[in-house]
Amino acid sequence: MRFSAWEILKQGLTGNKGWTPHWRSPDPKSAYDVVIVGGGGHGLSTAFYLAKEYGITNVAVLEKGYIGGGNVGRNTTIVRANYMLPGNSEFYSHSLKLWERLEEDTNFNAMHSQRGIINLFHSDGQRDGYARRGNQMLSQGDDAILLDNAGVREKLPYLDFDQTRFPIYGGLYHPRGGTARHDAVAWGYARGADMRGVDIIQNCEVTGIDIEGGVVKGVQTSRGPIRAKQVALITAGRSSQTAAMAGMTIPVESHILQAFVSEGLKPCIDHVVTYGMGHFYISQSDKGGLVFGGDLDFYASYASRGNLPMAEHVLEAGMTLMPMIGKAKMLRSWGGIMDMTPDGSPIIDKTPTEGLILNCGWCYGGFKAVPGSGYSTAHLLATGEHHQPAAGFRLDRFRTGRGLMDEEGTGAQHNLH
Amino acid sequence: MRLKCPICGERDSREFTYMGHASMLERPAPDAGDVVWDDYLHNRENIAGVVEELWQHTEGCGAWLVVQRDTRTHEVLGVKLAREVARAG
Repeated sequence: MRFSAWEILKQGLTGNKGWTPHWRSPDPKSAYDVVIVGGGGHGLSTAFYLAKEYGITNVAVLEKGYIGGGNVGRNTTIVRANYMLPGNSEFYSHSLKLWERLEEDTNFNAMHSQRGIINLFHSDGQRDGYARRGNQMLSQGDDAILLDNAGVREKLPYLDFDQTRFPIYGGLYHPRGGTARHDAVAWGYARGADMRGVDIIQNCEVTGIDIEGGVVKGVQTSRGPIRAKQVALITAGRSSQTAAMAGMTIPVESHILQAFVSEGLKPCIDHVVTYGMGHFYISQSDKGGLVFGGDLDFYASYASRGNLPMAEHVLEAGMTLMPMIGKAKMLRSWGGIMDMTPDGSPIIDKTPTEGLILNCGWCYGGFKAVPGSGYSTAHLLATGEHHQPAAGFRLDRFRTGRGLMDEEGTGAQHNLH
Repeated sequence: MRLKCPICGERDSREFTYMGHASMLERPAPDAGDVVWDDYLHNRENIAGVVEELWQHTEGCGAWLVVQRDTRTHEVLGVKLAREVARAG
């Protein structure tokens, strides 16, 4: 069924009895051209663009849990293209362009809201850094405006401008940045892929990868063996486990990242705002909850929950920046498993096994990359060639030292990103 | 999460800094080649379960520690001084 104003009217007049499930629940076939391991945002968008852009529809997406139940349905929903380094910059620029036509492409309301992102700065050095980043964004063809103190006051009057410790000098404004409803993105891609013939198979855990003579032949699953000409591992925080099934040890450590939501409030924060002197970022969802988060807990973890020191840091930073949120009650927090690479940038590449593709290493920034990652992974699967905007995301860059994309400038070492 | 430093006793985890997997103690020979060094520096088993990690008591005595911990539950199973683990080989 195609969603439209006409359909809403028709269904409304006929008792809303005609709505159908967003996607089928097929049993797995014995063989596919492409099997995608992992039905998160990146796996679903890969399936969608394989079908839509490359006409490859004999595809299965195998999901251990349910669609929208992982990190794609639990993140701070920020969409932006404010990366600086070659390799990252063109990729996120491409991804943002895909976001801007996502709803038309998928015929699904993802509530993509380009409300703008403001990265605050608090010193001369930080201003110079953001001016440089803004220039890089402009030269990539995206938008960036350097705001001074008065410019920030006009947009964000509720900040504590008079704090003596970290006065607000200004901010880098990225108007095309914003948010989207995260689970609608998963549902939209799942539905769009399903409409084009892709089988989305939930509750199907991959337990082994069949490799013969260095060539991938298929996967073993909790619902039986499935043969495949190509297999893509797109399993985020669980990438090390699926890669191990293919005999690989990959440059990923899984870490915990926490995020928090307040009770629903009347509209008060119109943008995405990031603090420059503490790891804190915030936006307000369309339901009214303040959605905010901070940095990793900074230790390896699969626990899906963090510890209190980082929660305390995030709340302290928030209170320093905008004391008005102090009376709001925190509704819930959660922890996601992040696939951290040594340089903080992702991997979309072939592996030593023929026909086996690896997509992982999105660190704590995978949501905004969902469209671009899927498009580029689909390109690699369909053509065997690297898609230009993602051509830098190579697995061998750590061994060779060429093409490292260390956006934070801290060194290509685990535990620093 | 609390860690029991062998020198200082049990302390809050925020006194400590996670430094990576304890495989970092097994440094390859300088001429071992780029594949071995890449493996040592970057590739990780990244186990969901009991692991051995290097931590440093950065806000305490400064000692480097080998912490045995379950990454699924954050349960700390044991803490030793890294120098003793390294010397025991």
